Amino acid sequence: MTSEIGDLLLKTIFTENVALSFYLGMCSFLAISRRVDTALGMGLAVTFVLAVTCPLNHLLHHWLLAKGALAWIPGAADVDLGFLSFLFLIGSIATTVQIVEMAIGRTSPRLYAALGVFLPLIAVNCAILGTSLFMIERDYSLFESFVFGTGSGLGFAFAIVALAAIREQLRYSDVPAPLRGLGISFIVVGLMSFGFLAFSGM
Amino acid sequence: MTRNERDTLLDPLFDNNPIALQVLGICSALAVTKQVETALVMTGAVLFVMVFSNLAVSALRRHIPSDIRIIVELTIVATLVIAVDQVLKAYFFDISLRLSVFVGLIITNCLVMGRAEAFAIHNPPLPSVLDAIGNALGYGLILVAVAFVRELLGKGTLLGAPILVTIADGGWYEPNSWMALAPSAFLLIGCCVWAIRAWKPEQMEEVGDDV
Repeated sequence: MTSEIGDLLLKTIFTENVALSFYLGMCSFLAISRRVDTALGMGLAVTFVLAVTCPLNHLLHHWLLAKGALAWIPGAADVDLGFLSFLFLIGSIATTVQIVEMAIGRTSPRLYAALGVFLPLIAVNCAILGTSLFMIERDYSLFESFVFGTGSGLGFAFAIVALAAIREQLRYSDVPAPLRGLGISFIVVGLMSFGFLAFSGM
Repeated sequence: MTRNERDTLLDPLFDNNPIALQVLGICSALAVTKQVETALVMTGAVLFVMVFSNLAVSALRRHIPSDIRIIVELTIVATLVIAVDQVLKAYFFDISLRLSVFVGLIITNCLVMGRAEAFAIHNPPLPSVLDAIGNALGYGLILVAVAFVRELLGKGTLLGAPILVTIADGGWYEPNSWMALAPSAFLLIGCCVWAIRAWKPEQMEEVGDDV
């Protein structure tokens, strides 16, 4: 049991890295990786939101949306609300992000100032919704979905910090002017994800 | 059409391209560019969702409290995406299988949200619709360009029709399977950015600024 959970955690961080193997959350991945410290803040915020929303959406799916999930209401055993799942999943994510934003704002103004505009942006980070969709597709248990969410978040944090470190070093390279900034970042991410393809045989 | 409206429509094609300059909507650009056909379907779906989400957000812009605007915008987008998803499943089942979870991910395609948040929420409906059409076409332009190279070099076909006859079919072309892997899309988009900025130097990023 414990080794299975460990495997799942390692798998989500390395072999199935949400950013570099599934290419989710790319927009914030590219836009917020100019500096290592902001990248780290973004990575941790994503990890936290994923660790909360993944189990939350697991509960929503199994008690509300899946076929037969409404069996706890008499007479509703064969209602299938599956077609509404996008709406519910994104609703729970947006709500969580909004609550997290308010909670951090009240309790820790310093962290709030450091994260700034990235917090609301997490709601549209496709890594979050993508992880929930994968979690449902692979039929994880409640605890597994917590591990899966946390692991995906850590994988994202790891990848975005690595990219930010490379971009900080790139400042000293002689990149052709039109390629500077966004262009070279795309190419660096391409090469990084080729590197991550090597994990897939493990 | 006034000059302003024309600019709103045409700017996103090259001068303010959503992928190459605004860094929006990249995830889906990587996943659906293996073949030209899926790239075209994805562009159509995004065009439809964006036009109606910008229209709805813009029409409701005076009634949405700013505290909960993200939830309201997401609900509008999610509803439209569900409609697209159901239509694709009903009439184009094989394409819907190939796009898989990425139709659902149009909801979080930051291009749709980004334009609703940056443009539609401050502007009247007509310019918002023009903005949606322009941005969806600018997005589709890069998508189709990348898909064109990947399908031609990766499989020797275009829209499924053989152009470069592969060795397996008795021709001369050895397909470059590297192009079928997603990382190649990064390199191609990087080259698109390079080409656009070499053509329009005002988009270049400052030297010495953040890299």
